[in-house]
Amino acid sequence: MATTETGDSTGRQLPPADQLISDPAAIDPALPLVLAADDLRAGGVLDSSSKRIRREQLRLLARSRTFQAGAAILLVWIVCAVFGGLFRPYNPLAQNLLSINQAPSARHLFGTDNLGRDVFSRVVIGSRDILVIAPLATVLGTVLGTVLGLLQGYYRGVVDAITGRVVEAFLALPVVIVAFLFIVAVGPSEASLIIVIGFAFGLVISRTVRTAVLQERELDYVAAARLRGEGALHTMFVEVLPNILAPIIVEFTVRLGYAIFAVATLSFLGFGVRPPTPDWGADIATNAQYLAAGYWWETLFPALAIASLITGINLIGDSIESVIIQ
Amino acid sequence: MKGEDAGALTAPAETSPTAQGRYTLEVDHLDVAYTVRGNDRLTLRDISFRVGQQESFGLVGESGCGKSTTVQAITRYLPRNGRVTAGSVTTGGRDVMSMGPEDLRRLRAREVSVVYQEPGRALNPSMRIGRQVAEVFEVMGSPRKEAMERAEHALRTVQIADPGRVIRAYPHQLSGGMLQRVVIAMAIAVEPNLLVLDEPTTALDATVEAEVLDLVSGLREQFRTAVLFISHNLAVIAKMCDRVGVMYAGEIVEQGPAQDVFDDPRHPYTVGLLRCVPRRGHRKDHDRLDSIPGFLPSPGQVPTGCVFAARCALADNRCRSETPAMEDIGGARASRCFKHGEAPSLPRATPADVAVRSGRTSSEPVIRVEHVSKTYSTRAESVRALVDVNLELYPGETLGVVGESGCGKTTLARVLLGLTGPDEGSVVEIRGQRVAPTAARRGRDDLRLLQIVFQNPDSALNRRHSVRHIVGRTLTKLAGLDGEEREERLVDIVRSVRMEPRHLPMRPAQLSGGLKQRVAIARAFAGQPAVLVCDEPTSALDVSVQAAILNLLVDLQSREQVTYVFISHDLGVVRYLSDRIAVLYLGRIMEYGPAESVFAGPHHPYTEALLSAVPTLDGTGRERIRLEGDIPSPADPPSGCVFHTRCPRRLADGTCETVEPPLREVEPGKVMRCHLPLDELGRLEEEAAAAAD
Repeated sequence: MATTETGDSTGRQLPPADQLISDPAAIDPALPLVLAADDLRAGGVLDSSSKRIRREQLRLLARSRTFQAGAAILLVWIVCAVFGGLFRPYNPLAQNLLSINQAPSARHLFGTDNLGRDVFSRVVIGSRDILVIAPLATVLGTVLGTVLGLLQGYYRGVVDAITGRVVEAFLALPVVIVAFLFIVAVGPSEASLIIVIGFAFGLVISRTVRTAVLQERELDYVAAARLRGEGALHTMFVEVLPNILAPIIVEFTVRLGYAIFAVATLSFLGFGVRPPTPDWGADIATNAQYLAAGYWWETLFPALAIASLITGINLIGDSIESVIIQ
Repeated sequence: MKGEDAGALTAPAETSPTAQGRYTLEVDHLDVAYTVRGNDRLTLRDISFRVGQQESFGLVGESGCGKSTTVQAITRYLPRNGRVTAGSVTTGGRDVMSMGPEDLRRLRAREVSVVYQEPGRALNPSMRIGRQVAEVFEVMGSPRKEAMERAEHALRTVQIADPGRVIRAYPHQLSGGMLQRVVIAMAIAVEPNLLVLDEPTTALDATVEAEVLDLVSGLREQFRTAVLFISHNLAVIAKMCDRVGVMYAGEIVEQGPAQDVFDDPRHPYTVGLLRCVPRRGHRKDHDRLDSIPGFLPSPGQVPTGCVFAARCALADNRCRSETPAMEDIGGARASRCFKHGEAPSLPRATPADVAVRSGRTSSEPVIRVEHVSKTYSTRAESVRALVDVNLELYPGETLGVVGESGCGKTTLARVLLGLTGPDEGSVVEIRGQRVAPTAARRGRDDLRLLQIVFQNPDSALNRRHSVRHIVGRTLTKLAGLDGEEREERLVDIVRSVRMEPRHLPMRPAQLSGGLKQRVAIARAFAGQPAVLVCDEPTSALDVSVQAAILNLLVDLQSREQVTYVFISHDLGVVRYLSDRIAVLYLGRIMEYGPAESVFAGPHHPYTEALLSAVPTLDGTGRERIRLEGDIPSPADPPSGCVFHTRCPRRLADGTCETVEPPLREVEPGKVMRCHLPLDELGRLEEEAAAAAD
C-alpha cells in the first residue's frame, strides 16, 4: 500500500474561505453531528445514505402535528370524494319541494336548499370535482413551470429576457381574470379549467424554478458536465433538475392550496362545474341570494368545506417545507 | 513570556483557581456535551489550559477537533443544545459558568473580545464603519461625538492609513484585510484582558495575513493583552504563540511551549500531523509526505482507551483499554500519551522512499499557451483579468501558479478549459493542435485531454448522483466506453484513487471530504487527460487529508505522465509539487521559471513578498518584506509597472511609475517582469537580510 486512506469522518472539512461561517452561533452543531452519528466501520463513509435521510424526513413529517392535522382534513375530503356515494343520506340531486330551506336538523344535518336538496349530501359529493381538477391543474402547472424555469435559468440571456417579460406581463393580471377570458373564449369545461389554471400557475412556478436554477448552474458540477461534452437537455434534466426538487415540491404544495381556491372562485363565477352537479363554489353562488332571508346553512357549509380543504393542504405544505428546510 | 508558568500545564484539579490574578484565563477539566435527539454527545473532554497575563496561547487542530467549541464554551456562547457538563472556566479570578446575565454582558463587553474568521459577517453591512466602531465606545459611556473621535483613533491604532475615509465607508467598500483590521480595532478598543482570535486570517491572502499577524503581535505588545489564538494552520500558531495546545477529537493531546512542541513533538498525533505538512526543501520526487491512517472518531463517541489509539502505530493493548491522562513530561510540557517517549519514532504510515519519476520526459510541449488574454467588459469598465500570458508545458511536468486572490489564477484555469472564452488572438494548443476557445465547441478528444479538479468537491460533484454515475458517465462521454468494458475501467479508476468498488453506489453526502476529492480526481482521470488543471484541490481539506491527496496526485502523475497546472495560494504545497512556477499579479505573469530557481532567487520583488509572507514551522522565516496597501483594482491598473504601487524596490527615478517593464529572460528558462537587473535584486535582498539579522 503506497498510501493509506485518511479522512475526516465528520464531513466537516474546512469550507473554502469565502463560505466560512464566522459567527459560531450561526452554525447548527446538531447538523454535522447527526450526519456523523453512526459508527464509521466503513472508514470515511458516513452512514447517512440519501435513502436514510429521506426515511428520516418522512419520519419527521409523520411526527409533525401540523402534518397530522392537515393530512386528517385532506383524508376526510378524499374519503368523501371516493366513498361519499356509500354514506350520503340523500341523492344530492333529488329535489323535495315539500321540505325546502329547512334549517339543520337530525334529518338534514346541514339543512336543505331552495330546491329541498340535502346540503350535507351536496357538500360530500361536491368534493369530487374540486379534488380532481385542482391537483391535475397543479401538476400541469408544476411541469410547465419546471420546464420553463429550467430553460430560462439555464440559457439566461435573450431566452430569459424575452420569456421573462412575457411571464411578467401575465403575472401582472389576476389569475381569475386570465382564466375568465380564456374560459369565455373556449367555453367552460373541466378540461379548460385545468388548462387555464395549470398555465397560470406554471408561470408563477417558473419564477421559483428559474431562481433555483440560476444558483445551481454556478456550481462546478455543471461546469464538469460541460467539460465532458454533455448537451443542454442532459445538463438541465439529469444534472440540475434533481438538485432543485425540494423548492419544486414546496411550490407544488403551496400552489395546490391556491388551485383549490381558484377552482372554487371560478365555479362561483359560473365558469366551472355546471349545475345541477353538486359543487361548493357553484352552490355558494346559487344559495348566496337566500342569505338575506336567513337561510345561512345553504352557504355556510359549502364555504366551510372550501376553507377546510385549503387549510388542510396549507398545513401539509407548511410541514413539508419545514422538514425540507431542516 | 515564554514558559512563564511551567507548573501550570497539567492543571490538576486540586490547584485550581488559587493563583488568582496570575492567569487571565483558566480552563479546568472542561467537558462539553451537545444534546442531539435526546442523547448527550460529549464533544469536549477534560480540556485544561491556562493563559497567563500577556501570554499568547494557541489551540491547533484539524476541523472537528473542538477548537471552536472551546471558544464558545469560554464565552458562554454555546448553542442551545450544548452545555458544559463538568469543569470550570475562570477569567480574572471569576467563574464564568456561574455568571448572571449582567456579569456575562460585562464579561463579553469589557473583558473578553472575540475576533472571528470572516470579518464581513462580523460587521453590519448597512452601517458605516465609523458608526459601528463608535458604538463600542458609546457602550462604554462616551458621548456620541467623543465616541466618533475615539473610533478614528482606534482605526489609527490598527494601522489604517486613512481612517477618515474608512470611517465613512460601508463594509462592502473595503477589502477583507481592511475589514479584519476594523474588527480587531473594535475588539481591542475596550482594552480587554483576553483577546480570542478564532482563525482570524484563514479567509485572507498570505500577504494580507502576514500584515494582520504583524498587527496582532504589535497590539499585544502595546496593550499587554493575553491572546487565545485558534487556528488549523500549524505555522501560524508557531509564529504567533508562546505556548500551544494540540487538539484531537475533543481533547488536548499535547501542550507546551510552541517551538518545543513543533520541533520535538511528544504525541503520535502531533508527530503525524507535522509530517503531513510539506516543508521547505521537500520535493515530490524525493520526500514523500506522510499521512495519518484511519479516521477521526465521530463526535460524541467516547472510545475506551486513548482517542488516538485506532490511528496510532504505537498503540498497544494498554492504549486501547486505558485512557491516558495528561502527563507532565518536563520542560513545561505535557502529553496525553503512555508512550510519549517513543512518539518521535512513530513509524511512517506512508513509505518515505517511493520511486517517482518526475519532470520533463519529452521534448515536445504538451500544451502551449500563446498571447492569452481575457477582458471582461461591462458598460462602465473593462477589466483585464489576464494579459498576454505565454506558457509552454511538457508531459509529466507540474506548473505551479501562484498569486493573491484576484490575480487571474482561476481565470487562467477557466480559459484553458474553455469554460470562459478568451479574447481574440489567444491561442491554446494541445499536442500541437489548436483547440477551440470554448468547451462547447471542443470535440471529445480536446475535452478529454484537458480536465480539471475543482477546489470544492461539494460543488464539483452532483450531490444527487452516485460515484458510479459520476465517474461512469465521464467514461461513456470521454472514453467512449459502455457495458462491461466500462464497468472494468470504472473499477480500475476507483481503485487507482485508492477507493473501493463498494464506494460506487454511494452519493457524495456519504463520503468524507477526502474521499469526495478522490472521486473528483477519478472523474478527471477517466478520459486519460494530458493536462490536468488542479484549482486549489486541497485548500478545502485538512492537513492530514491534504497529504494523502497530494501523494495520490504525485503517484498518478508519475504513472500517467500527466501535466499538472497546479493553482494554489499555498506556497508550501506549490513548492513541494512544482517543476515550474508562474507568479501572477493583476493578470500578468511577473515571474516564470524553474521552481528551484524561482524559490532560490534572486526574486521578483512580488515573489519575494509572497515568500516572506508565509510563516514557516521552524520559525526561520527569510528576511521579510511587507507589501503596503491593497491589490489595485484590475479595472484601473496602475500605470507603468502594475506592481509599483506596492513595490518596496521601485526605482527612485520614476521609471517604474511610467514604463511597463517587458517580460525579459534573466536566466536561461526564467523570465521576469521588472526594471531592476537581476544582480541588483539579489544585492537588495542580501542587504535586507543583513539588516534583519
